[in-house]
Amino acid sequence: MGESSINKLLGHPLDVWYVAAWDHEVNRTPLARTVADRPLALYRTEDGTAVALADACWHRLAPLSMGTLVGRDGIRCPYHGMLYNSAGRCISMPAQETINPSATVASFPVVERYRYVWVWLGDPAKADPSLVPDMHQMDDPAWAGDGLTIEVDCNYQLVLDNLMDLTHEEFVHSSSIGQDELSGSEFVVSHDERTVTVDRWMLGIDPPPFWLSIMRHKFPHFEGKVDRWQIIHFESPSTICIDVGVAMAGTGAPEGDRSQGVNGYVMNTISPVTDRSCVYFWAFMRNFRLESQVITTQLRDGVAGVFSEDERMLVAQQAAIDANPDYEFYGLNIDVGGMWVRRLIERQLAAEGRLPRATVPVG
Amino acid sequence: MRPFRWADGTVATSHSIVWQQATVVDSIALTPVIRRIVLRPEKPSVAAAGSHIDVRLRFGDRTDTRSYSVVDSATDGTTLAISVLATPTSRGGAAIMHALEPGDSIEITQPILDFPLRIGAPRYVLLAGGIGITAIAGMAAVLKSVGADYTLVYLGRSRRELAYLEELTAAHGSRLEVHVGDEGTSLVVTELVAAIDESAELYLCGPIRLMDAVRRAWIERELPIANLRFETFGNSGWFAPEKFTVRVPRLGIETVVGTSQSMLEALEEAGADMMFDCRKGECGLCEVRVLELDGDIDHRDVFYSERQKNARGKICCCVSRAMSPSGSGATVTIEIS
Repeated sequence: MGESSINKLLGHPLDVWYVAAWDHEVNRTPLARTVADRPLALYRTEDGTAVALADACWHRLAPLSMGTLVGRDGIRCPYHGMLYNSAGRCISMPAQETINPSATVASFPVVERYRYVWVWLGDPAKADPSLVPDMHQMDDPAWAGDGLTIEVDCNYQLVLDNLMDLTHEEFVHSSSIGQDELSGSEFVVSHDERTVTVDRWMLGIDPPPFWLSIMRHKFPHFEGKVDRWQIIHFESPSTICIDVGVAMAGTGAPEGDRSQGVNGYVMNTISPVTDRSCVYFWAFMRNFRLESQVITTQLRDGVAGVFSEDERMLVAQQAAIDANPDYEFYGLNIDVGGMWVRRLIERQLAAEGRLPRATVPVG
Repeated sequence: MRPFRWADGTVATSHSIVWQQATVVDSIALTPVIRRIVLRPEKPSVAAAGSHIDVRLRFGDRTDTRSYSVVDSATDGTTLAISVLATPTSRGGAAIMHALEPGDSIEITQPILDFPLRIGAPRYVLLAGGIGITAIAGMAAVLKSVGADYTLVYLGRSRRELAYLEELTAAHGSRLEVHVGDEGTSLVVTELVAAIDESAELYLCGPIRLMDAVRRAWIERELPIANLRFETFGNSGWFAPEKFTVRVPRLGIETVVGTSQSMLEALEEAGADMMFDCRKGECGLCEVRVLELDGDIDHRDVFYSERQKNARGKICCCVSRAMSPSGSGATVTIEIS
């Protein structure tokens, strides 16, 4: 048997943007969140700017997230009262007349975009906001929807594997979106330096229950066959937006006319917490019946039910990985999208000097 | 130039002290008094702008550490350069460092970052006095790379103190402002500070007279104190170090502090059980109380305010010294914790 090259516990790049929180979660009460092994204290200044400071006071590492916000942009350590500004500089040491010039905590670059607060934990001189992955459907007026957060006890890469190969729907989600045409259909994979795309069409099939009910939001009495698509867009390091939908069979959807169908975008971005846990931020956006709040709620709850089935599997998979340290991962042809994701991430890790270059094929 | 659109943030690096061996790769004289020394550490680690290393040196039967800023380093951390100034008042470390030759081995820490540069300020002034450029040059390179609005002010008493003038001129062009004392172009600190606006950040590394002058002008102008960033290794004073006597009557100690040792070291050698932490005049843990003073105090710390320094009642003994205006030798009588 050949040697497997598939990493079971992938590290996380740092010179990238990760979502730390939904925009509405960050406010004038400090929030504690860990992203990529770095505990953070998140809050907003009086003018509404989101701030991410290392969640450990310079003095004795007490968590600043237990502290109180003071003045325009300050946060006071809850233990001995050291006051920091949003740049992470100590601006008051209550028990002395001067301030120790070394007294700072890291202040991480923050960008708010697409309803999320993104943080950059690597070299701030590389923190270019144009590198935030494209999730524009989240706040584009042409799209409506909402989402939730799942804390999953598994390496973040397992979630990316899960989203890059949707043949698992047939087995994990058999009551909602699964159908046997998924594993029977052809798919096409492409990639560049930052993205991977998996394109899959299933033509002239019966819609699974979830999609039949969505079709009927737009076409109330619809019955019959559909053309179904799943176009998975990965953008480095951990964002996957999936263009999904069904249209009445033979009405031209594969050629670009989706007018006789319904289209959604499953928005997913995963932030590593530790090497065995992650936070999975998701939303389901649609470009029809934008006015209907009840559809927004029903879709969010429906997808939440589907994702709870994934969570159960991912946690069990991580436990099995840890319980079988002497067993390796092997590949299947269906993994090719996920394998390109792993390759791109491994290249970034090698570029950051955190994975030996020799172990990653050059691009 | 690319518009400045970077997000705010400071580098986070480990504060852990990791000692290791390093090999001297190169040592060249940049000026008659400054040598550039390139090291290859056995455990490479990236040195962010503003980092320094501590070096463990042997002085006879005791060892001591000296801190040197990392001037520049390979992007993967496999080599790093420091620069060392030798002055008549050096405590002995510079002589050892200047004698290093390629192939020699020395004990150093991984880069330590106590002077982080924040990316994202609207304007910057980087101010380097003489050898202080070692902490500042890397910051200028980063600010240039992100297209920030910055001015690099580089000053010395003479050109032989300006070891990196040529390459900084090439790199920073009109953003570099040079002041040379013996050419009659000395910096007027009050004018520099008067031209700074509320949102600008000033990063400063230089002798204590420069630091004190900038700090005083900054406070007088009521600029935000958090925007004045500086680093000191506690090794410069208002006066050249001189021998003085320190007495601790409760312990029956009377000892002479030599020019190449600190009061803290002399007291330790005399058998006093001393408390301390940073050993660079920042934390205040080594404070001693003055009972009697024949002479004056050369406060070299950044822990006390000007009011406290003028009161002459307490001393950070890790860096500060007694001195005698008449040159007849000072004596300070103290109590310790």
